[in-house]
Amino acid sequence: MSYVEDEYLMLSGIQHYYFCKRQWGLIHIDQQWAENSYTAEGQQLHKKADDPYIKEKRKDMFISRAIHVSSSSLGLSGILDVVEFYKDKNGISFQGKKGKWQPYIVEYKRGQPKKDKRDVIQLVAEVMCLEETLDCQISNSYLFYHSVNKKIKIDITKELRDLVHDFSAKMHFYYQHKKVPDAEFFKNCRLCSLYDICMPRMNKRPKNIDNYIENAIYSEADVCENY
Amino acid sequence: MRKLLNTLYITQEDYYLSRERDNIVIKQDGKIVNRFPYRIIENIICFSYLGTSPSLVQLCNENNISLSFLTPTGKFCGRFVGMTNGNVLLRREQYRIADDDIRSIEYAKRSLLAKISSSRKYVLRFKRDHSGKIDESLFNNVDKELLKSIELIKQVKDKDSLRGIEGNAANTYFRVFNDFVLVNKDVFQFNGRTKRPPLDCVNAMLSFGYSLLTNECQSALETVGLDSYVGFFHTDRPGRASMALDLVEEFRSYIVDRFVFSLINKKQVSNKHFDIKENGSVFLNDKGRSIFIKEWQNRKHTEVVHPFINEKVKLMLLPYVQAQLMAKAIRDDLPSYPPFMA
Ligand code: SF4
Repeated sequence: MSYVEDEYLMLSGIQHYYFCKRQWGLIHIDQQWAENSYTAEGQQLHKKADDPYIKEKRKDMFISRAIHVSSSSLGLSGILDVVEFYKDKNGISFQGKKGKWQPYIVEYKRGQPKKDKRDVIQLVAEVMCLEETLDCQISNSYLFYHSVNKKIKIDITKELRDLVHDFSAKMHFYYQHKKVPDAEFFKNCRLCSLYDICMPRMNKRPKNIDNYIENAIYSEADVCENY
Repeated sequence: MRKLLNTLYITQEDYYLSRERDNIVIKQDGKIVNRFPYRIIENIICFSYLGTSPSLVQLCNENNISLSFLTPTGKFCGRFVGMTNGNVLLRREQYRIADDDIRSIEYAKRSLLAKISSSRKYVLRFKRDHSGKIDESLFNNVDKELLKSIELIKQVKDKDSLRGIEGNAANTYFRVFNDFVLVNKDVFQFNGRTKRPPLDCVNAMLSFGYSLLTNECQSALETVGLDSYVGFFHTDRPGRASMALDLVEEFRSYIVDRFVFSLINKKQVSNKHFDIKENGSVFLNDKGRSIFIKEWQNRKHTEVVHPFINEKVKLMLLPYVQAQLMAKAIRDDLPSYPPFMA
């Protein structure tokens, strides 16, 4: 499978998709977005990491920020916050740079490591995009958690790669059909910034609308208590 | 539920609005009367003739604060809206439905069912609460006729007939308006609905309330990304917010009529709150307008349980909830549109 540039979806969407298909659909298909404190904080953090003019260098390593990456096989594109390159004879060469270099992504996250794999999945998708962009192989990368100041190494396994392939194919399916997936009402909903827009309970167990209207017409009761 | 942010009403005719950094500043004769941080405001409704500075307009646009201008009597002049929700697919589907009589009449029928049912609920409720003081046989007749209109709407196949039924139902409902008035009956005589211009105090308040409500409905629709100018029941007319007027139908009785009659019956308004012009038209004066708006603001925060989503909602978020349900129906996220049933 290969996608043309016009069809690329946002790389960052895969974490939404992992968290809840519907959340991803509401944001990326319906383009509804509700900010809450979590999302606002997340954006603050990214502002710093996104600045492409900050460069850091050592003899055996350099950092590149805000690299645009894409993958035609996944149909995803996005911008990576931080990629570290280490001198490595098995790495890749760059114009104007001596020696060979091996890239690792460092994905900065606010808060703590999550119980689920949403950050891991996003990292793997990023790795796959970077591999395709630079034409290289990357076998591991890092998640960095701010509040605990911890860097976790993630192996980019075949299973994880398959999962990313599977997700991106499904995301494209929904996107093509302009269909927002139905609610999956579960504990995530409490943490979801789109709760009000989503109305998950209603979506999960839709009332029969004709009955709703009929009942209201013929019932004696009246919603209002205050007049 | 979404938070109900503040609506800033500028009721004095000689107030001027400007901006100082992150603040909205109200001035009179060049002197500062009050200031508010823009973050707590989501709507500004300006009944003043002096208007606002361009930099305030810019502040509003950038922060999705809607800015509406009305004449002191409540006639709509114009409105600035910030970046609307960017969903072109939703609006295109809205236009498709509006262009398709068979699909749009389903929405129209539901809204009008809700409208008439809500009028009828008010009639029934009033009859129950004031049984000794009213003409019961009139109330019973009105109830029966409204119920008949409801049955007719369910069967109707074209919009012209729908308009006919709706007009009849409205006239039927107006027949009890005089009886909704329990005090000061000489001041608050209602002689049928007159709009351009209102010819009595009740009409003056109804018109003013409907224009506030229209404004709320228009911002609600725009917030969820719908086009407030393209309606399913009200047809296109330049400058007319037809979709907002469609949505207003569901709330006329529930939000405005009950409110107006409660102001009258609680003696919060009296003849000194109205001006009568040479041509016989009647309007709320400065004092009347500010009482109306103060009570309206209080009423906004009344909580009710929305019968479809089963959640407690502040009264003035009801238009927003309905706009969301409308968007969901248009997107096919719901099998059809559930109107607000009082
Ligand atoms: S509220 Fe629940 S179902 Fe809806 S988008 Fe959020 S997590 Fe998904």
